[in-house]
Amino acid sequence: MAENTAYDRVKAARANNRPTGKDYINALVDNFIELHGDRRFADDPAIVGGVGWLGGIAVTVIAIEKGRGARDRITRNFGAPNPEGYRKALRLMKQAEKFRRPVVCFVDTSGAYCGIEAEERGQGQAIAENLMEMMTLKTPIISVLVGEGGSGGALALAVADEVWMLENSIYSVISPEGCASILWKDSAKAADAAQSLKLTAQDALEMGIIERVLPEKELGREGFYSVLRAELCAKLEELEILPAPELTEIRYRRFRALGAQQLAGE
Amino acid sequence: MPFIDFFNFQPKNELEKGGRQSAPIAQDDNEPAKTCPNCHRQIPLSQLWGNDHCCTNCDYHFRMNSRQRVSFLTDSGSFSEMYAGLCADDFLSFPGYPKKLETTRNASRETEAVICGTARIDGRECCLFVMEPYFMMGSMGVAVGEKITRIFEYAVENRLPVVGCTVSGGARMQEGMLSLMQMAKVSGAVKRHSDAGLLYITLITDPTTGGVTASFAMAGDIILAEPGATIGFAGARVIEQTTRKKLPQGFQTSEFLLSHGFVDAIVPRAQQRKTIGSLLKLHSGGAENG
Ligand SMILES: [Zn+2]
Repeated sequence: MAENTAYDRVKAARANNRPTGKDYINALVDNFIELHGDRRFADDPAIVGGVGWLGGIAVTVIAIEKGRGARDRITRNFGAPNPEGYRKALRLMKQAEKFRRPVVCFVDTSGAYCGIEAEERGQGQAIAENLMEMMTLKTPIISVLVGEGGSGGALALAVADEVWMLENSIYSVISPEGCASILWKDSAKAADAAQSLKLTAQDALEMGIIERVLPEKELGREGFYSVLRAELCAKLEELEILPAPELTEIRYRRFRALGAQQLAGE
Repeated sequence: MPFIDFFNFQPKNELEKGGRQSAPIAQDDNEPAKTCPNCHRQIPLSQLWGNDHCCTNCDYHFRMNSRQRVSFLTDSGSFSEMYAGLCADDFLSFPGYPKKLETTRNASRETEAVICGTARIDGRECCLFVMEPYFMMGSMGVAVGEKITRIFEYAVENRLPVVGCTVSGGARMQEGMLSLMQMAKVSGAVKRHSDAGLLYITLITDPTTGGVTASFAMAGDIILAEPGATIGFAGARVIEQTTRKKLPQGFQTSEFLLSHGFVDAIVPRAQQRKTIGSLLKLHSGGAENG
């Protein structure tokens, strides 16, 4: 069998039958209690957040939810969060920090929503605030990219101590279609753009952007989830031992190093 | 008093595409002039330059390159550039990127899309970064991220405020995921500077969009904007395509952001130096107490 091209993975990452954010919560988290709303404007159904048990660990879990079936997808805005979604996520992360719970995020979005109201309510400001606050959150954060990692809208839930990607998930600064239409004025050349953007999990691993690539052999089945649960718990236990100043120092240095090897000049 | 008709305001910048290349030397008796994109008058260049690159008829703020901005904003001779040699490389072997870098470097005569250093503004010492519109429209790649991160780290070490002038189309696609990561990296440095009790003032200029809006442009303690600048996360065309709605008048302008609560003040160029100087002075006690 030929190796998957970057665009094969883009298609796999977007596939409708792929597990969505809520599938991960249902399969991994016991006694999940959903907590709604940003306390400022509204509740964004594109982001599901709450508390529950991951193995024996009390966690705050936040997932971008694309929706399942036509109606649910529309309700969830196809997993494109509005500013209130990012603000809800930050509220729950701050709550996790207060009660010393680790945070686990499941990221799957084509990007933050590009809408009139999203701009009116400060989409850019909401993402900016998450990036800053997550960097110094005094509790462990693990983010798992399970499908699409669309630019700033994905990064806003992925400033973490460890970032993992599923084998067929993608992480990209721009959609391959958007890139192709800028480069070649032809969105049909998305496959070429996907190749050039180096957006696969393997690429991310090689550039030091993520710590782990998770195999998808049993994606969506019990075996897959039990391995993922065990790995998350093991890593959280490792991170929980670290005193907060050390934890956030390591997190800062993790991101601080990105791009250093690629610089020219001095 | 000239003013801008913000409701009919259409920022157009195609006239200035040549950047500093177009800064012409008078070759005959006819003084060269630029057409104002707002009021369409011909403004002689000498008048434009004597007026901080603002239209002498309607006060439209023409685009300014980073060196011009530094010289008009800071005290004469006070700017000392840092990290000037850091630049990007085509590390992904991205189609057309080497050519693009060459073209943009020739057009802007800059090596990267931001310049950083220390300076005095109205007598007050600060760290400064100014993004460069004529370098791939202030596109943020690994070098831009590194330079801005370093200036924030330097500011923490030396307990200095940071003044940052943004202009950007967003993260640099030609550098892939690593350019996206610069948003997080710079945000981390901004947060440390903030946690050290130090002041960060952003001056948002036309246009500031995408990953820069969604990180350090919107992270200032005090956010100032130039009149009539386009400021947003998503591009207007993308929003129209996504929503199939007509965008409201004045959408994503400085004035729109002010009315929605996302900038502190709109400051015309003629008042920027004084305003920023006053803010630096007002916060100068914080450095000792912090
Ligand atoms: Zn004019």
